[in-house]
Amino acid sequence: MRDEQRRKERLDRGIKVRADSLYALMSWRELSYLTAPRLLLIVGILALPFLVPSLYWQRVISVVCIYALLAVSFDFLAHFVGLVSLGGAFFIGVGGYISALLNTSLGVPPLAAIPIAALGGAVICTVMLLPCLPLRGVYFAIVTLMYPLLLMRVIEAANIFGGTDGIMGVESFPTPRVEEYFVIGVMLLFLFLLRRLVNTDLGLVLRAVKDNDQAVKASGISITLFKALGVFISAFLGCLAGACIVHIYMWGGISLFALDFSILPIAATVIGGGGTLVGPVLGCFILVPISELLREFGTLRIVAYSVILMAFVVYRSEGIMNYGQRKYHQFERWVKV
Amino acid sequence: MSGEPILRVEEATKAFGGVLALNRVSFEVGEGEVLGIIGPNGSGKTTVVNCITGFIRMTSGRIFFRGKDITGKPPHKIADMGVTRTFQIMRPYYSLPAYKNLVIPLFSPRARRTGGWRGGGRLGDRDTVGVDILEEIGFERESFVPYKLASALPTGYLKRLELARCLALKPEVILCDEVFSGLSMSEIASMLPLIERIQMEGITVVMIEHRLRELFRVARRIVVLNFGEKLMEGTPDEVMSDEKVKEAYFGSEEVEEVMTYA
Amino acid sequence: MMDILVYGTVNSISLALMALGFALVYGISRVANFAHGALYVVTGFLTWTLFRAAELNYVLSILLAMVMTGLIGAAIYQFFLIRVRGMSISEIIASYAIGLAILEGFRWGGFKGMTYTLPTFMQGSVILAGTPVDYHRLLVVLIGVGVVAFLWLFTHYTRIGLALRGMAQDERAALMLGIDSDLMAVVAMGFGSMLAGLSAVVLLPLGNIVVEKGYDVLIQAIAVCIVGGLGSWAGAVVAAFIIGYAQIMTVMWWGAHYQMVVALLAIIVTLILRPSGLFGRQKELEERV
Repeated sequence: MRDEQRRKERLDRGIKVRADSLYALMSWRELSYLTAPRLLLIVGILALPFLVPSLYWQRVISVVCIYALLAVSFDFLAHFVGLVSLGGAFFIGVGGYISALLNTSLGVPPLAAIPIAALGGAVICTVMLLPCLPLRGVYFAIVTLMYPLLLMRVIEAANIFGGTDGIMGVESFPTPRVEEYFVIGVMLLFLFLLRRLVNTDLGLVLRAVKDNDQAVKASGISITLFKALGVFISAFLGCLAGACIVHIYMWGGISLFALDFSILPIAATVIGGGGTLVGPVLGCFILVPISELLREFGTLRIVAYSVILMAFVVYRSEGIMNYGQRKYHQFERWVKV
Repeated sequence: MSGEPILRVEEATKAFGGVLALNRVSFEVGEGEVLGIIGPNGSGKTTVVNCITGFIRMTSGRIFFRGKDITGKPPHKIADMGVTRTFQIMRPYYSLPAYKNLVIPLFSPRARRTGGWRGGGRLGDRDTVGVDILEEIGFERESFVPYKLASALPTGYLKRLELARCLALKPEVILCDEVFSGLSMSEIASMLPLIERIQMEGITVVMIEHRLRELFRVARRIVVLNFGEKLMEGTPDEVMSDEKVKEAYFGSEEVEEVMTYA
Repeated sequence: MMDILVYGTVNSISLALMALGFALVYGISRVANFAHGALYVVTGFLTWTLFRAAELNYVLSILLAMVMTGLIGAAIYQFFLIRVRGMSISEIIASYAIGLAILEGFRWGGFKGMTYTLPTFMQGSVILAGTPVDYHRLLVVLIGVGVVAFLWLFTHYTRIGLALRGMAQDERAALMLGIDSDLMAVVAMGFGSMLAGLSAVVLLPLGNIVVEKGYDVLIQAIAVCIVGGLGSWAGAVVAAFIIGYAQIMTVMWWGAHYQMVVALLAIIVTLILRPSGLFGRQKELEERV
């Protein structure tokens, strides 16, 4: 007579081989264990525009994806290169203004202006941030904090680029559907690319720069160069987001440098889970709709993000994604012994 | 020693506030030799390495590599020229597996220039080359050791990893900062052939050490530092029989007298 | 010419007052207090509430408001920042979030629209070497000099002051000497906040109490500290003068809008030419091994 005993076994026990980072995939079930969450995310986001009721909410989805791009760029810079950018609005503003100017003054169509603005903006932002790269992280945070505040004042004071009124009459995308899917597509594309990047050799070097820059220097690699590369990538994404947003709102003004763009990516990253690159996207999907709902209350929403952000940073800094990943890998099932 | 010294330190002086960590230290390193630098704690040994490799800016003095003045150059440029170092407090990339640790040095401009990837070729796989280097350095290839996270490796392996990091750059000089510290006698015994092999490949080795007996088996010439000043230099025998050196290590003559009577 | 000198001095001392609180906190606990500007505005509104709404005596309102701000600052450190001590990314984000929450909370919470002002300490003005200067501005200079002198004496001759200086120089050594670094950091934060409050009550009567001032003060305080060298109090004073005069000259020759731009340019130029600032004791990455 044999007692049938059961014990709990982690779902991923068969999958993980001795080396901690190698996954040997042996069956469809195990394959789906890994790919299901990813597919869910991608398909879910792609299907979203069809599931939402009104045009207003479809626009909200586009805005979410814009913020998501910015948040991913923040996460990348903070957790994979080690630089905290307190001024996402800087990238948005630069990218937005360039695209708006290209469109209104030179008549460049949106689908061409956006990539140019993203590239050009990235170059400009990287150059402007160059002086603080060899220094400690605090300086980078300070300078990124200041640039949007100051660019706002300069534009206002010198009354250039439309001054306080901004640049009107920016062309929008051909149709709302194009607008949505362009933005969603761009966001998913770069999310995928970045996740691939951080596991390449280049990505490893960037992560090493964050963790252990002395050893990297001793290996003959210039820290400043790679930090600049990281900033360039992050700025590219931010400027891309900014360029898209002026074409969505058909207007570009100093509100592109607003605090929203600085604080929301940080809050989204912290809440959604830093270091995962997907967490920030999740965080945006949570925070931006809330922000829309709170729009009537004026700047209360910024207070709300700040308080939530602070609470998360101080008390539970893991974030949803990290927590979720941990728990997902710890799912257990009963197995007959 | 033939011809020009590969490395020359000239009047290196470093003051940290009021403390003179190095006081006009000068010495030369011949190409292909193994030089030992010894001295009691606080004598400035690590500071010398930091100054040579550019991690610290000297107050005055110059460093010459193959006759070229490298004083004041940033550390990554000096490493790029072929002067590498290990760290006394080890700095592996803890969150990465051992072989991935080598991806970073293999990514550097120098590794690409000198074709440091023997197996991989120009577009080759840095992972494979990393495992190759680890094998040369003593990690057993067929086991899971090269694939373990650096945080899970014992000290002996980590020290070898530090050396591997330098070797990946195909250096001309390696400055080893207390590579033997923290190792047991047998571990050191297994490291010594490695150092000899490195020397046979033509790489100049400078070793900062506390473990004198083991050091003297590989080093032919020794420089002694004390309180930031060079006390003397010579062969191991000369150094060990020198009065000033004994005093520096063991204290004043009274201790000596006690020891002779005891 | 004379007016540049006079107004320049007033501006410089004002900047020094704004910056000293930030410099103190950073020098001692290495925490960049991004809530500095918020605390400035907090004191302003507290004073206003106590004085106008609760109709307390002006001096009493000022003192109460300063003390309250000091306590708020200490509380912020004790309950929030202490938990993220040492994790530089989280520290920066946390103090930034707090500052933002406070400032934007004010913007939303009804302190907008009408102008909120505080009365000057003394009415009237005097002609100094051909330039009219009001008494309040003169008082600002006097108070500023007094504060700097007081701080110097305090940190050189009192036990707590010396403990703070010790911590600023070398935290580990201070710990070994029995100085409780956590407590000292709280004290430093409290003091820094009070200094922010002091600068607020002294400078706000010259204008209105607006939330934007919070951001301006933060920017200028940071600019002064960076130019002077993060962690050096003497450097902050010297830098305040440099930036102060530069600002006044810019206002005279280009226009009042560009005042803040001077601050940013000062930061960038400093970071390019001499990152550790004028008297910076921390030589950044050059000497770390």
